[in-house]
Amino acid sequence: MQRFNKLFQTIDQTTSTNAKVKALVDYFHEAPAGDILWSIYLLMGKSNGRVIKTALLRQAAYKLSALPTWLFEESYHVVGDLAETIALCLPPPKKIKGYTLSQTMAFLATFTTIPDDEKEQAIINRWMETPTSERFLFNKLITGNFRVGVSKQLVIKALALKYNKTANELAHRLMGNWHPHQTNLEKLILEDILDEKSFEPYPFFLAYQLDGEPERLGDINEWCVELKFDGIRGQIIVRNEEIFIWSRGEDLLTDKFPEFHPLVHLLPHGTVLDGEILPFKDGEILPFSVMQTRIGRKLLSKKILESAPLVMICYDLLEFKGTDIRNHPLIERRRLLEQVLGNLAKTSLILSPFVSCSSWEEVRKVREEARAYKCEGVMLKRKNSLYETGRRRGSWWKWKADPYTVDGVLIYGQRGHGRRANLYTDYTFAVWDNDVLVPFAKAYSGLTDKEILEVDSWIKKNTIDKFGPVRTVTPSLVFELAFEGISASPRHKSGIALRFPRILRWRRDKAAKEASTKQDLLEMLASKGDK
Amino acid sequence: MLTFDNKGIYCARADLYIDPWLPVNKAIITHAHADHAHKGNKHYLCQTDTAPLLKLRLGTNVSIETLAYGQQITINGVTISLHPAGHIIGSSQVRLSYKDEVWVVSGDYKLQDDGLSTPFEPLKCQHFITESTFGLPIYHFPKPAIVKQELHEWIQKNNEQAVNSLLVGYSLGKAQRIIEMVSDLNMPIFAHGAIFNVQQQLIDAGQRLHPVQYASIEQIKTLNTPYLLILPPSAIGTPWLKKFNPYEMAFFSGWMQLRGARRRRNVARGFVLSDHADWNQLNSAILATTAENIYVTHGYKSIFAKWLREEHQLNAVEVETLYEDDLLMREDTDAAL
Repeated sequence: MQRFNKLFQTIDQTTSTNAKVKALVDYFHEAPAGDILWSIYLLMGKSNGRVIKTALLRQAAYKLSALPTWLFEESYHVVGDLAETIALCLPPPKKIKGYTLSQTMAFLATFTTIPDDEKEQAIINRWMETPTSERFLFNKLITGNFRVGVSKQLVIKALALKYNKTANELAHRLMGNWHPHQTNLEKLILEDILDEKSFEPYPFFLAYQLDGEPERLGDINEWCVELKFDGIRGQIIVRNEEIFIWSRGEDLLTDKFPEFHPLVHLLPHGTVLDGEILPFKDGEILPFSVMQTRIGRKLLSKKILESAPLVMICYDLLEFKGTDIRNHPLIERRRLLEQVLGNLAKTSLILSPFVSCSSWEEVRKVREEARAYKCEGVMLKRKNSLYETGRRRGSWWKWKADPYTVDGVLIYGQRGHGRRANLYTDYTFAVWDNDVLVPFAKAYSGLTDKEILEVDSWIKKNTIDKFGPVRTVTPSLVFELAFEGISASPRHKSGIALRFPRILRWRRDKAAKEASTKQDLLEMLASKGDK
Repeated sequence: MLTFDNKGIYCARADLYIDPWLPVNKAIITHAHADHAHKGNKHYLCQTDTAPLLKLRLGTNVSIETLAYGQQITINGVTISLHPAGHIIGSSQVRLSYKDEVWVVSGDYKLQDDGLSTPFEPLKCQHFITESTFGLPIYHFPKPAIVKQELHEWIQKNNEQAVNSLLVGYSLGKAQRIIEMVSDLNMPIFAHGAIFNVQQQLIDAGQRLHPVQYASIEQIKTLNTPYLLILPPSAIGTPWLKKFNPYEMAFFSGWMQLRGARRRRNVARGFVLSDHADWNQLNSAILATTAENIYVTHGYKSIFAKWLREEHQLNAVEVETLYEDDLLMREDTDAAL
């Protein structure tokens, strides 16, 4: 694992993209094929899952570190990462053995079959054979949380350099549900045939948020305007009389969406649609929360299917009659998309309409009104744009409507994780219900690093109570929170749940008494919320 | 003999404070960092090498009396002496004895020998007031020689890629250690104004340190990459840094032991180099005093005090002080020096 650890450290310790690509290419040159296969899997953000229960892992760590449980746990709250805490607390190794990455992964794979009481000793033995500098990485593999600062695109770029293939081809080969146990490097990267991967989706083309005014994009007549729907981005693939539905997170969700299954007989072989899957009934989009409750279910009862029927609002066609048409201009893909959908009788597929706008001013208006149509904003796509790979600037932009806002009082603080470890950065906010503060949202992001330090120090000095890792503070700081949606929720004390709450700014000008009230939230719920 | 009040650590019999944070008549200063050496006191008492640093911070017209390490004075029956704490140049533990009772105030300290400050001297006492900045079992600092070797490798790599190496550490203490570590590299060493001033002041006071050049913009313009620049944490993220492109930056601190702390700083490379005691150093220093009564100040005080009670059966309590327990924050204000 020494090589892979060196790669990990190099990537982790530089911000230069070139240095990262170079480290990757060097690694692909040096490492054995089995290790390369695993490294691609891990670097692409795929996880083997956790092979041991966290409680068991902690037990093993308590034992080997010989620390009292409470002290280990206090340390964990400061470090904010279990894998790292363990790595920092363990005694030095006894006899170092140089296991390769694939040997390590094979060792972890045995954990699915061995009984719990043997796992503890097995992990302890491995720790004592692993150099201190490699333990963090090893622990990340145990917990299935390995992450490092490279994008998929960067890994693909390095592979393209090493194997002399185009990045697009590699991106496609690496999509979907492959696993190192079921393939090899030869098949995955090098072999010519792609047929057997007929279920694989295309890499999604993603848009950045528009920063600045739309006038900078030039002539409105070169742009298509669509509403930005709020659902699950997905691809529907029909090939060889089979259907596959993929989410943008590359989860195969075919089973979750039975309403699309009839399409297998209705769409021609070699059709790939890109669109937004969302709940839709009687000609109207239903709130996102309706779908959220459905997605979590293992079994879809008839009742659920009836109360939350799904459709796909289709906005792109990537494959037409078996031909990859991503290199055709949007307008042409769109024409073919209309043709495909036009051939169908009433189905679960709906065309995402172009909104006709003759000026940017009109686009602005559409964006402002988007929420009324249960949409998040607008999408701007250049008429001649190709369907690219990954998140890119230039020809597609999302332009979200301004979020809802509310002023909340900071009442609890908790230490954060990762780069916020050891600082109080996880906040709970409350609104006034008459004279009582009721918690209504947690938010973790939105402050600058400087403000975080300031709030952290304030929390330490204004703690009135501690329970576990949580501190109750004097209710006096007010923050403006932004969020994307509001819905009724019996599970929350305040009776409402917010979507994507985050801190917009610190309202130093406001006293706690001037914060929003529960009534304000209820009114928001009544007027624009998801009912 | 000592008590803690709203101004600092107080000795009523000798009527003086140690590192007070509000103005008092007589103050013993353990070392010249901002959170220990406050302004406004009438009379200061400190170790000889601390005096010039104190003047740099407080001005030249303050009343300062100095003691050499080990030199004793007696005030109203209390015998007072200063002993090396190994934290920075001039840093001292304060030993106070009255009849059979002995107290030691550690100030900030470390057991590692940094080659610049006089190494920590273990003192026997019954009452020991200790810091706990790194009082958790996650902090195990590597030997400075290993850090130096890694640093040289990192600079070498930067040189090969023709980028400058920017080294970040707080101005008093860390910066001098970094400069010593790179002084044998035969590369031009430049420094931010705050660090240049401290270095010059120490050299003028007779410390044998490697001189550095002030990084004036005119001079930097004429230079060929690669060179070294030493800067305080407060300079990170300022437009001034653009003058030094292309560069890689590294941060030196005990906090660099934690990945989160490094990422929060937005620096790619962290070197674990500290002027404080790590977990094992704190434990061995405390046990070496044979003190039964331990007062734990700034740091993970409640956790560390609990550990001392449960593991070592010591009578350990946490004490509220206004010394900064978050060095990352102190490092931000340090550039004012």
